Amino acid sequence: MKARHKRLALVIAGLAILGVATALVLNALQGNLNYFFSPTEVAEKKAPKEHVFRLGGMVEKGSIQRKEGQLAVRFVVTDFHKEVPVVYEGILPDLFAEGQGVIAQGKLGSDGTFVADEVLAKHDENYMPPEVAEAMSAGEKARLQATTAGN
Amino acid sequence: MQNRLINWFKFSSPATFYPLAGRLAPIFWVVAVTLIAIGLYMSFFVAPVDYKQGDGYRIIFVHVPASWMSMFIYLIMAGWSAIGLTFNTRLSFMMAQALAPTGALFAFISLWTGSFWGKPMWGTWWVWDARITSELILLFLYLGYMALVAAIDDRRRADRAGAILLLVGVVNIPIIYFSVKWWNTLHQGATIRMNGQTSMDETMLLTMLIMALGFWAYSIAAAMVRVQSIILEREAGSTWAQDLIGERA
Repeated sequence: MKARHKRLALVIAGLAILGVATALVLNALQGNLNYFFSPTEVAEKKAPKEHVFRLGGMVEKGSIQRKEGQLAVRFVVTDFHKEVPVVYEGILPDLFAEGQGVIAQGKLGSDGTFVADEVLAKHDENYMPPEVAEAMSAGEKARLQATTAGN
Repeated sequence: MQNRLINWFKFSSPATFYPLAGRLAPIFWVVAVTLIAIGLYMSFFVAPVDYKQGDGYRIIFVHVPASWMSMFIYLIMAGWSAIGLTFNTRLSFMMAQALAPTGALFAFISLWTGSFWGKPMWGTWWVWDARITSELILLFLYLGYMALVAAIDDRRRADRAGAILLLVGVVNIPIIYFSVKWWNTLHQGATIRMNGQTSMDETMLLTMLIMALGFWAYSIAAAMVRVQSIILEREAGSTWAQDLIGERA
């Protein structure tokens, strides 16, 4: 074994050990590295009680209620299994809309309503021109109609 | 070793690499300027608006290629370090050192543009989610590496210490890349995936790839210029360097 082979083996072994160690640490931290809790996790009581945490999911379609002339807004966050109602008073980001991803920070009230003091929009990974988006939603509608007609 | 097509070890000598770097640099400068000019024109005037984000999304044409480069340059630097530690080639360490400021620059651009995009789109400048935090750690790794190498006077020890830091930090790269997959993050998932499925308009994708190639060429050009001055600085005492300086004077 030449000296340079020995050094190469040392570098590779070092990296391998480091990789395993990192994997173990990350695995142990798994739960703590998540930025938010989903409504299902909240329903399973995994989210901390009486503590500030973040709730993430989709704004349920047709759930946004505003009061005329006020900043207060109510909406429902869903992950398509469970729902959590949210109340918030403040300025919402541009991307906030029904059917859009959202992350709210706040506390869970005793009545199961989440009182948010910050609401962030979560963007998805899709980028397309408006015409394509329209064509896609039209196509989706046509497909839905076709399936209901088939029933 | 004589019957090989190219004797790669020949170029591991600073004296032979110095003129090669000098020849490569201008080529990559031209490529970089051309591609980035085309890319920026396309970013602003050719690529269509996004259906949800309007014109604000255009920052990704800088943000995404810069983030890619910040991760890729780190991998290259770690690769040079592994080669340097194995073969004891001085030039490998010089290459790693020459790439560091460019990598740090791209990591900073990535965080900066991301912050600018985050305010209007997410509603916040900064959050401590896994993706953003790990990219910040990458910036600190670059800065830490540069500081460490600069702080040790003995060149050989500085090279080795820097190389080990780079190799240890390499675990951060897969963490950055896969963070959006492994954990819940505010940052969205990957638009351009390794398995081919891309959720992006074709013109937008083309623009982004042109920008990425432009950044790539810029990184090579900048590294070549920088490695030339590092070689000269370190080999100042050698005969060939003295001859070169003598020729120029």
